[in-house]
Amino acid sequence: MGKAQKTVQWDPTDIKEKLLEKYPPKIARKRSKQILINEAQENTTPEITANVRTIPGIITMRGCTYAGCKGVIMGPTSDIVNLVHGPIGCSFYAWLTRRNQSDCQGENNENFINYCMSTDMQDSDIIFGGEKKLETAIQEAYDLFHPKGIAVFATCPVGLIGDDIHAVARKMKEKFGDCNVFAFSCEGYKGVSQSAGHHIANNQVFTHLVGNGTEKTQKYKINLLGEYNIGGDGFEIDRILKKCGISNIATFSGNSTYDQFASANQADLSCVMCHRSINYVADMLETKYGIPWIKVNFIGAESTAKSLRKIASYFGDQELIDKVEEVIAEEMPAVETAIKDVLPRTEGKTAMLFVGGSRAHHYQDLFQELGMKTLSAGYEFAHRDDYEGRHVIPNLKVDADSRNIEEIDVTADPDLYKPRKTVEEMKALEEAGFPFKDYDGLIPQMEKDTLIIDDLNQYEAEKLVELMKPDLFCAGIKEKFSIQKLGVPMKQLHSYDSGGPYAGFQGAINFYQEIDRLVNSKVWSYMKAPWQENPELSATYVWE
Amino acid sequence: MLLKHTPTEITERKALMINPAKTCQPIGAMYAALGIKGCLPHSHGSQGCCAYHRSALTRHYKEPVSAATSSFTEGASVFGGQANLLQAINNIFTVYEPEVIAVHTTCLSETIGDDLPQIFDKAIKDKKVPEGKTVLGANTPSYVGSHVTGFSNMVKAMAALAEKTGTKNGKVNIIPGWVEPSDMEEIKRIAAMMGVNITMYPDTSGVLNGPLTGEYKMFPDAGTSIDDIKASGDAIGTLALGEWCSADAARLLDTKCKVPCSILDMPFGLQATDRFIDALRHVAGTSVSDELSLERGQLVDLISDMHQYFYHKKVAIYGDPDQLIAMTEFLVSIDMCPVHIITGTPGKKFEKRIKEITADVPYEVNVKAKGDMFLLHQWIKNEPVDLLIGNSYGKYIARDEDIPFIRWGFPILDRQGHQYFSTTGYRGGLRMLEKILSALLDRLDRDNPEEKFELVF
Repeated sequence: MGKAQKTVQWDPTDIKEKLLEKYPPKIARKRSKQILINEAQENTTPEITANVRTIPGIITMRGCTYAGCKGVIMGPTSDIVNLVHGPIGCSFYAWLTRRNQSDCQGENNENFINYCMSTDMQDSDIIFGGEKKLETAIQEAYDLFHPKGIAVFATCPVGLIGDDIHAVARKMKEKFGDCNVFAFSCEGYKGVSQSAGHHIANNQVFTHLVGNGTEKTQKYKINLLGEYNIGGDGFEIDRILKKCGISNIATFSGNSTYDQFASANQADLSCVMCHRSINYVADMLETKYGIPWIKVNFIGAESTAKSLRKIASYFGDQELIDKVEEVIAEEMPAVETAIKDVLPRTEGKTAMLFVGGSRAHHYQDLFQELGMKTLSAGYEFAHRDDYEGRHVIPNLKVDADSRNIEEIDVTADPDLYKPRKTVEEMKALEEAGFPFKDYDGLIPQMEKDTLIIDDLNQYEAEKLVELMKPDLFCAGIKEKFSIQKLGVPMKQLHSYDSGGPYAGFQGAINFYQEIDRLVNSKVWSYMKAPWQENPELSATYVWE
Repeated sequence: MLLKHTPTEITERKALMINPAKTCQPIGAMYAALGIKGCLPHSHGSQGCCAYHRSALTRHYKEPVSAATSSFTEGASVFGGQANLLQAINNIFTVYEPEVIAVHTTCLSETIGDDLPQIFDKAIKDKKVPEGKTVLGANTPSYVGSHVTGFSNMVKAMAALAEKTGTKNGKVNIIPGWVEPSDMEEIKRIAAMMGVNITMYPDTSGVLNGPLTGEYKMFPDAGTSIDDIKASGDAIGTLALGEWCSADAARLLDTKCKVPCSILDMPFGLQATDRFIDALRHVAGTSVSDELSLERGQLVDLISDMHQYFYHKKVAIYGDPDQLIAMTEFLVSIDMCPVHIITGTPGKKFEKRIKEITADVPYEVNVKAKGDMFLLHQWIKNEPVDLLIGNSYGKYIARDEDIPFIRWGFPILDRQGHQYFSTTGYRGGLRMLEKILSALLDRLDRDNPEEKFELVF
């Protein structure tokens, strides 16, 4: 099925109309602003509405602030004990369900990732308050594990009943002396999505950890910001960086450790992968310590090469520039062999991408390499700057639902602030086409007449697939099986369907092969039984 | 080592739960609601809960799990979520067109004290609920009990829809408890073999084990219809399978509609299945078919054939109370020795029941309700076992301690089969024993030295 009836003609305006037609008028008006047809507009990027509250009952893909804070940013760190203050669910559902891998498996390396810790609040804690229980739980975690740090996470009821988790954390930190205890007010109802949780995590990590690390003396020191080592992406990027002679001081936060966070102020350049989740830390590192940041992308072989060159040209050393070229030359033949193999089977196919706040953009580079066109894309919880580029930031208005997300004031550190380049050097780099603190967003990269949809819901996902019949749909676990029931292969770009890595050169090869498998699988031809394809009996069989 | 920070020495913990053997109420309510025909579960809270519950169920079943949420913002969390729920009900009926919306709550809406019946009344008065459609709800505070409690609360809310006309319809209600779609199918098959006309709810068979046809139906033609649930008030009796999952609903049917009930164990294993079939025979006044007796005989036959591999093998098992009670009894009945038994779900009766069942086990038996898998692991370190049975989270203990491991319970995130192949009834007993034997004999094959490597077992 699906396959056979391809050649779908569609007009983006019609599609948009179809998506909206079933909604009550108020909802249609609201959704209309979050569905954008990418029309060619005189050198400007069309405007989209994003980072606004979710429509109740619409079956959103979104999660909550706690997920963005604990699940995404803090979860991947191996040697900090993550203690969730709340009823058991929040802790249980974030237990090993994101594939942020860690290689801290040596005998002396601490690794708490496989543990799920919670205060398991009961009704009595809701009624009388849970601070005492939290204090006891922190003490018990300290006595059992003696970790370097204990991070406490608030869940929905904590804010409502007024538990002061920060006061408890301060008290216990002072009591222990050798264990940093800090807390995150990441109640699930804050903000409108995971995004608020990123911001809260950024603030607290920066405040409580960065700047206290051991000294790092390597050459070409960078931070890799917003890379969570899903399916080993970070391992592959680290392999490449190491081969080039670039030192990764801190990854925020895939395969990270306490000391890496603490030493982040010693890097000379911050490289931002996931802009949405970590741009706050990137900015704060620059303001407080003088570390400039650039946007990089290690998804896609070409993008990886481009990002490596960007890093090398920032440092400007011929030795590094040559080494990077040598590594690219070494890595690319295998990539080229792989793409030559799959391209005849993937070229001309179409894809849709609806992923959190970053991958819906980055993965388009890989699809380009596969000769596949992205028909439609969007984010669950990105902001307008992720869609339209950072130049819109001055015009962004914080609405009532996100106003209470804390903004922290950061100023230059009197001792540790150190400009990494002179004003002239920075200017020269910028003039040579080297954009600092810059991200163009998803929209400019997408072709004319593609559809960009923010906070896509179940109804729109089904409609899109039905109307545009893509060869591949990319989203998450909640979407996977309803899309596949429609006969369209579905690739999870959060969990990678247990595959990966997809970053870097080796990752690109993995991805090419995975997409080849998906769009060319025989399974999609079995959906109709022979008697369903040809229900009419034209003759009586005679057994011979 | 995956769990290298787990010490052998056991210290008392008063506040810190590590590696829970339970999760929170609403996911149970969501699962139960999926067993109503044409029903969209709705989570009245902030949207993170709903996303997590859908994801967990989807990972377990590899099937779409649809549910909507009120998507609380900070404002709603302070001033109440009525406006969110009213808007949600309107949007759901307009866009997704379910027959039924089954609302459950979270720790958020419970803490602020939203009043579901009052909001439903307003929704109906405001004409947000189309004619002939149903909205039902259950309070499922996450800080009470566990996912099992949430399941029970939603099933009780279904039973609350039952109506009594005064004329008995000759049917027997079966409340199967939180078992797999395959188990629900098996229970229906057994009843059909006995010629008993039943109403079973919830019933997720056909909902969470659907086919791939190129068509997606958010509401497959499966689940128990609201009409059948309403008519359950006219049944001749109710069999509730599992005290924790099903008793509340059955008792409500009894008090509200005077349908007499019997609370049984879930039919896992030989004896619990015997009791279930015997009870069904009595309440419906039918005889048990020869085919069922044959299936029973086959199970007894397998036990006798393979008894040497079961005898006095030590087992650690964790999960939900109703399942554990029946499975522990099954293990004891084949002369295995369940020695470490943990459920995260509270309930004093659990420990008492398990102690009765394991009274003759020739080892010291550790049992704890409101326990966690950290403690279970410590018990295992102190008293090793030959077999571990439980959900996917056990694989970390199984690998560290090198124990043969059988996935059984909820959630199973890394293997397939549970939605298709039942472990209830005699046939399910056969499957369970096959799994146990495979795990034990695979281990023998792996560990035996070459000169002892055997072709025939």
